[in-house]
Amino acid sequence: MTQPTVGPRPSVFKRIMPQLVILAVALALNVAVFPEFFHIDFRNGRLFGNLIDVLNRGAPVALLCIGMTLVIATKGIDLSVGAVMAIAGAVAAATVVDGHSWGTALLAALLAGGLCGLWNGFLVAVLRIQPIVATLVLMVAGRGIAQLVTEGKILTFDNAGLINLGAGTIAGAPTPILIWLALGALVTFGVRRTALGMLIEAIGINERSSRLAGINSRVLLVCVYLVSGLCAALAGVIVAADIKGADANNAGLWLELDAILAVVIGGNSLLGGRFSIVASLLGALIIQSINSVILLSGLPPEFNLVIKALLILGILVIQSPRIGNYIYMLRASGPQPQPDPLVRQRPEKEAAQ
Amino acid sequence: MTNISTSDRPVLHARGISKFFPGTIALDDVELRLMPGEVHALLGENGAGKSTLIKCLTGAYRRDAGVIMLDGTEVEPASTADSQRLGIGTVYQEVNLLPNLTVAENLFLGRQPMRGGFIARKRMNAEARAVLQDYGLEIDPAEPLTAYSVAIQQVIAIARAVEMSGKVLILDEPTASLDHDEVQLLFGVIRKLKKRGLSIVFITHFLDQVFDISDRATILRNGRVIGECVLAEVTQHDVVTMMLGRQLEARVKARDVGVAGKTLVEVEDLGKRGMIAPFSLDIREGEVVGLAGLLGSGRTETANLIFGVVPADQGKIMLRGQEIGVTNPRDAVAHRFALCPEDRKVDGIVGDLSVRDNIILALQARQGWMRPIPRAKVQEIAESYVRALDIRLASLDMPIRLLSGGNQQKALLARWLATNPDFLILDEPTRGIDVGAHAEIIALIEQLRADGMALLVASSELEELVAYSTRVIVLRDRKQVRELAGDEITPDNIINAIATEEVA
Repeated sequence: MTQPTVGPRPSVFKRIMPQLVILAVALALNVAVFPEFFHIDFRNGRLFGNLIDVLNRGAPVALLCIGMTLVIATKGIDLSVGAVMAIAGAVAAATVVDGHSWGTALLAALLAGGLCGLWNGFLVAVLRIQPIVATLVLMVAGRGIAQLVTEGKILTFDNAGLINLGAGTIAGAPTPILIWLALGALVTFGVRRTALGMLIEAIGINERSSRLAGINSRVLLVCVYLVSGLCAALAGVIVAADIKGADANNAGLWLELDAILAVVIGGNSLLGGRFSIVASLLGALIIQSINSVILLSGLPPEFNLVIKALLILGILVIQSPRIGNYIYMLRASGPQPQPDPLVRQRPEKEAAQ
Repeated sequence: MTNISTSDRPVLHARGISKFFPGTIALDDVELRLMPGEVHALLGENGAGKSTLIKCLTGAYRRDAGVIMLDGTEVEPASTADSQRLGIGTVYQEVNLLPNLTVAENLFLGRQPMRGGFIARKRMNAEARAVLQDYGLEIDPAEPLTAYSVAIQQVIAIARAVEMSGKVLILDEPTASLDHDEVQLLFGVIRKLKKRGLSIVFITHFLDQVFDISDRATILRNGRVIGECVLAEVTQHDVVTMMLGRQLEARVKARDVGVAGKTLVEVEDLGKRGMIAPFSLDIREGEVVGLAGLLGSGRTETANLIFGVVPADQGKIMLRGQEIGVTNPRDAVAHRFALCPEDRKVDGIVGDLSVRDNIILALQARQGWMRPIPRAKVQEIAESYVRALDIRLASLDMPIRLLSGGNQQKALLARWLATNPDFLILDEPTRGIDVGAHAEIIALIEQLRADGMALLVASSELEELVAYSTRVIVLRDRKQVRELAGDEITPDNIINAIATEEVA
């Protein structure tokens, strides 16, 4: 007992197991409705196939959920990411329309997203406004800002470099897939190879204790919102590039909710603390796979949202603590179920009264 | 300990009250007699059972045994609302009124004077003004509650409780956040109510206030009634002894406190208004300075101010003769200060993180996130402290919240020892932990002192303080009242210092 075990690090694989299983089921459903689902073609220097589509279409939510995971780990939430996407898309479009290069446009978009993140971070970490309220400000105001940038119209562009970010390929693979994979890997390594991940978790679990242990919680909080803003900016650029235009009203609309959902399906607690970016990314893919099932099944489109809601409800119910306990009890108790000790005590106590 | 010569029937008589929580007995056969028109103090250290008793009386908890008699009839308050209807009103430390409503609305909430289905606002304000005048408050009841100070809000809360209930008023630490003048305002109100024949239960940690306002007292310790006394017939010394339960003739252990080295930390006139009066102290290397005093006397506040948990608004801290700025814990940690807080759960552990991460947390925070401590090194540090402090755990990967209190405390000590501090502040290091861990922590304190560390230890365990302190500073009502050194350090002297009436 006293001898501490020098066990291996709690397995990452074990952590993401439920998400892998759900993803497998979602993909299997895809195959069920469309047997050719896993078929991948290489045509005109580009990979084609439904699986590639899932990975590609899932890019915006995948990017958003990277930052969202960190924000939620600190017990926060970032409702503004959809609006920040619109701002970043508008800024990128306006920059290339002004005749600048796609690189400049990307930088400008990232700068805008970064500023949005800093603003959220300032409200949350310095002014101590509740995250849901603080980010609601930008969620509402952000689309207005984006409209100001686009001057109220859909700002179209034909800059090949910028369009490549959303619709192009690198070595056959669609660029958005590479971008979210790269950013996911970068941020995961960034937080796990430094002490950032642990410090962020510490703040999310008990900010007071963390502050007393000498952690600069204010700076860390600003940082996670900054990262979230940058992720949203990248997602916004991809979405704008994909349609070759910035639509201030519709770009990223409601995507903040999909991003939060991805984090939750990834098994991360909205109460903050331990997090896994990989699991959130799997959550994003699960959402996109479900979208794909609905599309491939050929059901009338008016069923889409209802079916999606039902599937997600199912996933959340399976992951709920109640059901988890029940499964655990079924598995652990065998033929003679062990009653909860607390439950067992209660009748005795009442009898004593 | 004293015979009460009251022939009156008690207004409130609770007998044989017992309350069990899983694993503990919070109240064991407790009796409380409240006479008409008296102020009755309920005394006891934290965990003695005061709050539990109040909650049983007001129906917030269901008691497991016992009878409550109100005016000679047995009552069964099922909820706080129920007890209010029966005549027992309660006012808590944190004013539980609605800050967004006006004074009058707060006063009459739920029983507003109505006219034709609408609130008769004018009449309500007029009635509120009349009621508050009885309490010596000349304020505009149409103003929002937050326009007035906490003390006045407290009086409004009392007025509401009295107007609604009117037999028994329970005041649970009403003065904890009030300054001297405000306390007097409140006491004026209490005296008026007493004259009106109301019976009042008064809970506080400030002994002066107890003797100032109360007629009798019931003293609780570990869920039992230790004594009921008429305060005019006893001294503060008696009361403190009953509360702490010290055998005054307790053996004084052979003290070996070594020779202190150079002065490490000097604190000059450090203070914060409304929190603690300015204080000065100096701590040398190889010295343990004990902080004694009852709960609420300012022990924790002293520790927090030095560590920058709450920034001081006056005074300075010198480290090795150089003034340093400590405005937050990060500054303190950078100067190799360390603080093990009193409330482990809230201020100490990061519950869901592993024991390993918890141990490394402060060191990693000081290093900055850019320079992660290599995993092998983390393992080495964690294991070495687990061995050195004999922390009992199944695995370093388990969340720290699953450890027992004593092991959590040791893990927190490990967290700070890992930062290799020069100055270690321990706030109630042995509270709520088992006997074995208790002895080990005391041994550790002595070991650290012998190694030349400077320690400031706040504790309510007097014998413990006597055993390891080089000097003991006694606090009372958030002021330093006495410093004891050498052979003066005995439990008896500490109790005397705590209980001595203030020399005005």
